[in-house]
Amino acid sequence: MALQTNSRVIRWIDHRLPIFTFMNHELNEYPTPRNLSYMWNFGSLAGIALVIMIVTGILLAMQYTAHVDHAFDSVERIMRDVNYGWLLRYAHMNGASFFFIVVYIHILRGLYYGSYKAPREILWMIGVVILLLMMATAFMGYVLPWGQMSFWGATVITNLFSAIPLVGPDIVVWLWGGFSVDNPTLNRFFALHYLLPFVIVAMVFLHLWALHRFGSNNPLGIDAKGPQDKIPFHPYYTVKDLYGLGVFLILFAAFVFFAPNYMGHPDNYIEADPLVTPAHIVPEWYFLPFYAILRAITFDIGIPFTGIVLIDAKLGGVIAMFGSIAVLFVLPWLDGSPVRSGRFRPLFKQFFALFVVTCLVLGYMGAMPAEQPYVTISQIGTAYYFAYFLVILPLLSVLERPKPLPASISEPVLRGGGTVAGATAKPMEKP
Amino acid sequence: MADTANARQGVEDQSKRDFLYLAAGAVGAVGAAAAVWPMIDSLNPSADVLALASIDVDLAPVAVGQAITVTWRGKPVFIRHRTEAEIEAARSVDVDDLVDPQPDEARVIEPQWLVMVGICTHLGCVPLGQRPSDPKGEYGGWFCPCHGSHYDTSGRIRRGPAPRNLDVPTYAFSGESAITIG
Ligand code: HEM
Ligand code: FES
Repeated sequence: MALQTNSRVIRWIDHRLPIFTFMNHELNEYPTPRNLSYMWNFGSLAGIALVIMIVTGILLAMQYTAHVDHAFDSVERIMRDVNYGWLLRYAHMNGASFFFIVVYIHILRGLYYGSYKAPREILWMIGVVILLLMMATAFMGYVLPWGQMSFWGATVITNLFSAIPLVGPDIVVWLWGGFSVDNPTLNRFFALHYLLPFVIVAMVFLHLWALHRFGSNNPLGIDAKGPQDKIPFHPYYTVKDLYGLGVFLILFAAFVFFAPNYMGHPDNYIEADPLVTPAHIVPEWYFLPFYAILRAITFDIGIPFTGIVLIDAKLGGVIAMFGSIAVLFVLPWLDGSPVRSGRFRPLFKQFFALFVVTCLVLGYMGAMPAEQPYVTISQIGTAYYFAYFLVILPLLSVLERPKPLPASISEPVLRGGGTVAGATAKPMEKP
Repeated sequence: MADTANARQGVEDQSKRDFLYLAAGAVGAVGAAAAVWPMIDSLNPSADVLALASIDVDLAPVAVGQAITVTWRGKPVFIRHRTEAEIEAARSVDVDDLVDPQPDEARVIEPQWLVMVGICTHLGCVPLGQRPSDPKGEYGGWFCPCHGSHYDTSGRIRRGPAPRNLDVPTYAFSGESAITIG
């Protein structure tokens, strides 16, 4: 329905470009399940984190010099001489970490409540694309300050591509634009680091488009049976999201102002030196679980007893690392259980809890040197990571007996007879 | 009679259209590929990067047992003046036992001079072992701290995740004790 308003200007514009109708429809009257928990805050938080990154990033780019001779100094100049440069940089640095925290919680939320299941498969897959783009963006951003970790992180990660049979080494030279990570590499990384966030913005629009087709999933994982199960997005969820934003900003500010380098690595305050590798290269914390998976494959995979190697350890590690994300793409078809929410899946719940622990353990292993016992623990973790998706979920879809589902979203709420605002508000009516 | 003529006409028309469709598509695809290639190739090393591709190194100041690191194409190149014991250690290994079988003789021009790209063939770290105080790994050559690769006194991979021996760049002796790398 077209937006009702007294403003003739808005009506005039809206008639020609129904943007106000669209915004009203998607952000104001948009019907939302009435039982969303705080787990549903993280999507909007991710959107705000993206805006923070773009705003601080563009301002940083105005002061930054993408040249190997000047990059490190230009970042130091941002820190010391540019007005509030330290704030912009610390907000951008910690913003990246917070962006990942928020997105990881957002993804785990989806995993637990089955948000990837029909009819939200494409929504989910676009989310995975966004995750990949974020990783690429953050990786290239980390190279820009041209510290030791920037340089050696870039070297190790670009070298992953040399594992590709036949064309690998040529691809690496192509990625570098030279014979090592050097000025051409820094320049193209800066160009891409500027570009990719805007590609993310476009993907976020597709993500929301797909979301608004069927609306949010909810903690019960059942579909709304009618308007009594829904409330308008505004003011109920705008207010809830704003509250979450307040908490987010408090935590964010705590890091930016009191522990800005806590999540960083001191070696990155040493200028890049192509001749000296730091004793211990670690990626940013948000890559650690994947780094652990990469390093867990220390063995060649071949035909047993013949000595024929099909996949050497290096390629195996690379395949496992990319596979750990790729498996998310096909997740909607691996979990065939018709019940979405983990609340009603007694077995799934336990395996899921173990999965979360595994991700944390893998993260810890990724930060440890490649020695025993860390290697073995990483291998066990990697095995469980893949088994969860490829074995456990398909088996549970067949073997598990879910608990009975409630008849509707409002039923369990109303039975309690509580006076929660959302529960007593007349459905789809503004207070 | 008119019917058959029409039908035949139709068939001819159809195959002509298919042909035109395919031909136009093929021309378009070739054109697109021709346009994309320069874009892809622009990312490959440029002429000025390639121009820096060879260097001269004077080996005279490097005493026996000493090692130096020079930069070639932005990469470290390790040059070690090997001792008799190191050469002996490198040559006494059974080549078939190696991960990447290669006799020491195939990796050097003059046995006392070992010249290699100092980049771990695993994921590109610079192995330790050039300075006297560095750990040299279990085989007395180099040790890559990133993921624990051990190289011997011929720069061959002996233990750890690296798949290949350290690369030997193309180089030639330009005098008694001077080389040109690249
Ligand atoms: C998806 C959003 C983004 C993410 C995850 C991200 C991530 C990062 C990271 C991790 C760093 C390294 C910070 C450090 O350690 O110093 C960085 C640096 C940088 N980013 Fe971004 N970024 C994003 C968006 C942007 C945008 C839109 C721009 C605008 C051009 C930008 C410009 C810069 C610049 C100039 C630097 C170098 C200065 C510095 O190191 O602080 N970023 N980025
Ligand atoms: S880079 Fe040397 S062991 Fe991995």
